[in-house]
Amino acid sequence: MITAPDVVALTHEDDYEEQYRDDSMPPFQFQPENPWSKTATAKFEKDFILISEFSEQVGPQPLLTIPENARDNFDLNYFSLRIMSVDYQASFVGHPPGTSYPKLNFVEDSKVVLGDSKEGAFAYVHHLTLYDLEARGFVRPFCVAYISADENKIMQQFQELSDDFSKASECLKTGNRKAFATELEKKLQDLEYTRNVLHNETEIQKRSNDKGYYSSVAIEKANELANVEKCIIEHEDLLMQIRTYSHKKTKDAHYFSYEPEYGTEPSDTGLGHQSNESCDKINFSNSRSYTPKFTRAKSAKCFEKKLKTLEELCDSYFFNQTLEQLKQVEKFFRGDVCYLITSQIEKLLLQQQRLTSFLFEDTLFFDKERTEKQQRCDKPLPVFNILSPKDLEHPCLSNEAASFESYKSCVESVPIKLDQQVNEESYHGTVADSIPCKNPPGASDYLELEGKEKGSVSSGESIEVLGTEKSCPAPIFSKSDSQTNLQCQHPEIVRRKFVVTKRTNSEDSIEVLCTTESLIPEDFKATCPSAIYEEDNTLDNEEEKQLSTDLVQSDANLNHSNGFSKADFENNTIMLPVLSEPVDSPCCIGKESPNFTKSVSTFVTEEYNDGVVNVPPQRSKTIDQIFHSDFPQQDDRNGLYGADDQVLSTYEKKYSDVPGTGETVQIPVDEYLDNMSYISASLCSDRTPSPALPNCPIKRLSGKHKKQSGRNSLWFIRQYSFAQQAIFSLLTGRMLVIVGEQEGKVKKLVNALSTFVPNCGSDSDSIKQWVTFPLHINHLQTWKLIGLQRIASPLGTSILHSLNRYSRYISILDCDNKTLRCPQYKGLLITRLADHRTQIKRGSTYYMHVHNMLTQLCSQAFLYTFCHHLHLPVDERETEESVTCRRVNFLKHHLGLMNDDSKIVQYFADLIKMRYLHEPAKGVNPVLRFNYTSSSVFKI
Amino acid sequence: MLRWLLGGRDVQEPVEKSLVLCIGDEQPQNPYTELRVLKGHSDIVRFIAWIDDLRFASAGDDGVVFVWNVQTGERLHELRGHSRPITAIAVFPSVLQLQPESCHLLTASSDKTVIIWDLNTGTQIYLLTEFQSSVKCLMIIERLDVWLSGGDKVCTWNCQAELLCKTTCFKDADVSSMIELPKNNIAAVVRKDVVIFKLIPLSSETQAWEIIEMRRLSNHEDDIRALITINDNTFATGSHIGELIIWDSLDWSVQASESQFWNAAPQFDKPAEIKISLTPNQHETCIHHLSSDRENIFAAIGTGIYVYNLQTKTVIAYQQLAHDSRVLHIAKLPNNQLVSCSEDGSVRLWELQELPPAEPATSGLFNMWGIGRPNKQQNQMAKRKLECSVLKTLELIGDLIGHSGAVRMFLYFKDHGMVTCSTDHLIILWKDGEMESQFRSKKLFQKLEQEEQYAASL
Repeated sequence: MITAPDVVALTHEDDYEEQYRDDSMPPFQFQPENPWSKTATAKFEKDFILISEFSEQVGPQPLLTIPENARDNFDLNYFSLRIMSVDYQASFVGHPPGTSYPKLNFVEDSKVVLGDSKEGAFAYVHHLTLYDLEARGFVRPFCVAYISADENKIMQQFQELSDDFSKASECLKTGNRKAFATELEKKLQDLEYTRNVLHNETEIQKRSNDKGYYSSVAIEKANELANVEKCIIEHEDLLMQIRTYSHKKTKDAHYFSYEPEYGTEPSDTGLGHQSNESCDKINFSNSRSYTPKFTRAKSAKCFEKKLKTLEELCDSYFFNQTLEQLKQVEKFFRGDVCYLITSQIEKLLLQQQRLTSFLFEDTLFFDKERTEKQQRCDKPLPVFNILSPKDLEHPCLSNEAASFESYKSCVESVPIKLDQQVNEESYHGTVADSIPCKNPPGASDYLELEGKEKGSVSSGESIEVLGTEKSCPAPIFSKSDSQTNLQCQHPEIVRRKFVVTKRTNSEDSIEVLCTTESLIPEDFKATCPSAIYEEDNTLDNEEEKQLSTDLVQSDANLNHSNGFSKADFENNTIMLPVLSEPVDSPCCIGKESPNFTKSVSTFVTEEYNDGVVNVPPQRSKTIDQIFHSDFPQQDDRNGLYGADDQVLSTYEKKYSDVPGTGETVQIPVDEYLDNMSYISASLCSDRTPSPALPNCPIKRLSGKHKKQSGRNSLWFIRQYSFAQQAIFSLLTGRMLVIVGEQEGKVKKLVNALSTFVPNCGSDSDSIKQWVTFPLHINHLQTWKLIGLQRIASPLGTSILHSLNRYSRYISILDCDNKTLRCPQYKGLLITRLADHRTQIKRGSTYYMHVHNMLTQLCSQAFLYTFCHHLHLPVDERETEESVTCRRVNFLKHHLGLMNDDSKIVQYFADLIKMRYLHEPAKGVNPVLRFNYTSSSVFKI
Repeated sequence: MLRWLLGGRDVQEPVEKSLVLCIGDEQPQNPYTELRVLKGHSDIVRFIAWIDDLRFASAGDDGVVFVWNVQTGERLHELRGHSRPITAIAVFPSVLQLQPESCHLLTASSDKTVIIWDLNTGTQIYLLTEFQSSVKCLMIIERLDVWLSGGDKVCTWNCQAELLCKTTCFKDADVSSMIELPKNNIAAVVRKDVVIFKLIPLSSETQAWEIIEMRRLSNHEDDIRALITINDNTFATGSHIGELIIWDSLDWSVQASESQFWNAAPQFDKPAEIKISLTPNQHETCIHHLSSDRENIFAAIGTGIYVYNLQTKTVIAYQQLAHDSRVLHIAKLPNNQLVSCSEDGSVRLWELQELPPAEPATSGLFNMWGIGRPNKQQNQMAKRKLECSVLKTLELIGDLIGHSGAVRMFLYFKDHGMVTCSTDHLIILWKDGEMESQFRSKKLFQKLEQEEQYAASL
């Protein structure tokens, strides 16, 4: 593969190429290139995302950044302090007045923009709280911040940032709720176990003690037991709260469960792979396999323990998901704000241009959007649903004015996870009327308190909870009873809870904090339909963003036949082992490559100076070296490619007059590049791509490939004087066949010309890079630009004969002899489009120039197509001829199209018509349109 | 072109100088600037049959019949039932009547069955299996509401697929084609002979349908390949060795005969050393197909096409080398174009033009004539003919290239261009691009209007 023996790497950078090395990204995609960028004062170059925590032990501390090493000299600790200091008093601790149980606060995240002159940084800060049983007040305040040197960018993109970060935060919180619930369950088991132990001890005490009075030990034991009971109640309450919350939340967001589709994570997140039911089961089995410990039942608040990491806190599956999301966000917001905004506007405008934009824009953008949306609908967000689906109709807590019946029903369906042990143990001691409601051990995950709630509601036996002797023999009864009490002790209590929550929120979040977004208390939100709507909206935006992110990242493999997209690439690179150099891999493509190019070129020059022309393995050696030097992989590829182009073009210049050798050298290099990218991609390909990334190969796409194809086009129009004729063929729908002996050379030409191929509107791919069989009439219908192999064999002859036969439908570019046979172009438009003396030096600039003109043509075609009077007579008396005459005049005088230029517009118009009419019908071949015009042969 | 492609690298093989008339890529009179390939058949497509202004049926050696929409190229029905190649096809009624709901298609196959299909539903109505040999031709007499099948005998059937009457078997010969003659007579071709039958329908005198052999006409010296009706009074036959006989339909007498078509090309006294190798096809004189526009007979003979005038009983125009290979089908279209298709895979469009009287010998196509074997006897005859008969010239105005195998047949639709079928398993729709573009524009504005109305109704 890499042993291309006849590769000769030689070049000397000629002045022009040196000056305009076209290997950097378009000027606005990276801040350092923007002369107006305010980064001068900043201590960092690129935007990044920072996650930090206000730790109750050490104070504000940075946890991680995305990208991992983007911060340069930036003082993360200081900045964490800054951003955490604006956080609100995240949660209310312990027992709110009026209730006897601790209350969790489900507060909305706050979103703040702040600036720091010292660091020259501005940040969008998104605060969120996660629950931790061991933390103070059960809460851990976190924040996720997008840090940029450009204040304007943050302000302009606030909504988008807010949407994206809310989604990420939601993902974290969902994972956290799940983890918290699991933790609570374990804790409950511990407590139950403790209570049983204590209870037994008390009984022993009682039995051994028949003096009629209680010893101090016994009283102590009884107190302890009461404490445990109280603890149990508190924890059950917490568990109920967290479950109800997540239920409410999921109902709002219209997603129910998360899919095993996301199960591409490492296996340590085994829980994440399961669908809802099985997840519950696993949970249950987990908790069953969990051996309860005897706990000193003090309180749930303890400070001594080492705090959990964020990953532990959120369930590593969700944690990784969030990181993935944030990486996407970071990628999406890369670059200058003007670039971001223009691309957003462009996208919006393009969506309104569906009638014409299919011609030259990425059709995939639209089609994919549609399909992806559907997919998203089918496969909702990864949400861990703690309640089983049948409980989703649970009306509890969402309706304040609930009647007694509704309370009853809500109590009926409160799921309580009882574990087997407790169940069995306590079975004997239960009151008779509670027996029917007990499920046989292990038969069901949930114990429904059916038939029981009546008694408990009416009797109000909640006193027992306080730990009198009576309650002791019937632990399970009291437990379930207390559970019921928690739920519906009395409506007032529930209401009071709501009131409290509201108050907490309003005091702590809204007034104290100067957040930019109004906070909607969670309880309001649940009942308020507009809030739900908002949620959906966010979701949609999010999806779109995600999509566009995908688009921006993914790579069209115009040059490379392998199907790896660049997105896979970048994504994977992040996961690569530690780099030897502190290069922030994902964002320095443009920056890093010059460095690399230089190394290659110097090397190459050396070779050349030595006069060694046919030393073959040098190039591969360089690449090997590069590989071993642990450069970021995509930098390799990018840089190499750029370098190669230069090498090749200079080489070509040098050796264009030596026919045989020049060509033999070139091919392996190009092929080699293909292999290269393949290899580098396959190196990382053991990682499955993130589900958000597109898996399908894309015909032509943005970013690097625009630049690449622009550069190729530029090269083509400079090298080939008949470029205009060839482009004319393509723009009028005449198939262009590039015949050549060497695959690489042909493919390069195909690539160079692919910019000019209008999409025919059908799904079929109109560009084929390398065809090795005779053409058939079918092919002429779908293909518009192909590379064709020329070989000296019977097959080769029949290929040429097929070309000969269909010569009237096709234009043929002979790549070996540099001749072109096609109809002559008479017009002005393409002269401007492809001036071989163009002053444009950069590939990306040229690409945009071409697209500008093509878009103009499209709009003309649109006008022409949809002008009623151009195609239909104004009144009955008018003849067909006068309409034709009007049409010709319109093209000539209104659109200013002379001669052949009008043919281009007419061809576009026909494409638009056919697309609008959904022609051809499904299963029918597209039409082949042609003209009977004579062709001439052009030479350089 | 090919030479250019091969470039200078290959040793230039001597390209045979083509004798066949060529037309360049510039064909201003050729209206067909759009084509659409219809795929579906898996073997040679031999027949295409006109159903109505929008539909046609195609059939071939794969035994499948497809019904197509000529406008959109959509496949409307796929009729599967035959296991062997299809040998004959007929649409009933052949002229669209007022009740299109009863549109039937008859297909005969070499699996010795005939199937009657309902074209509107695409279902099989009748399957006839009582044949000893495969049916070679089908003929419909709408007047009597019967149809005839020709194989080793001629059978008459009614529309309910009931056998009405049949002839005796022909020994070692099959009926290859049939036409209807006046007075309920039928002309059937059995090898070299034309056999005239009389069909006696059910009436008060007769108890049953009857078919009687009236006469056997044995004027041809070789197998008859083509049989056509010219008008009510005449019909014509063409044979394998190039004999054309024009018959009287009423008394079955020979009105005229022409047998020296291949020598119609006058032998100009060119130097004998110019010897150009001719392919065997170019000597062929077989009459593959005949068609008529009531004034002229158009004959596809060998690689050439000939126009025979019925009034003057002479060939008035011809192209001896109209195609590279055998001409398989020829017809004059309503737009006055003459179309021929050939085994070389091309379809050519011709126009019958008045010969400029001043310089008959220098006209472009006369150059082509300087080939052939000198034959003194016929030379004189040819000269005579040239002087008096060749009054017009066939001008090539365009060719359609798309098929990669022999083009078996073509069919013309007034509004939708031409359909060709070929041995390369394909059917191609050839359309006038300009017209299609207009048509699409109209449809586009119709759709816009509909959408507007729809929006308004909302």
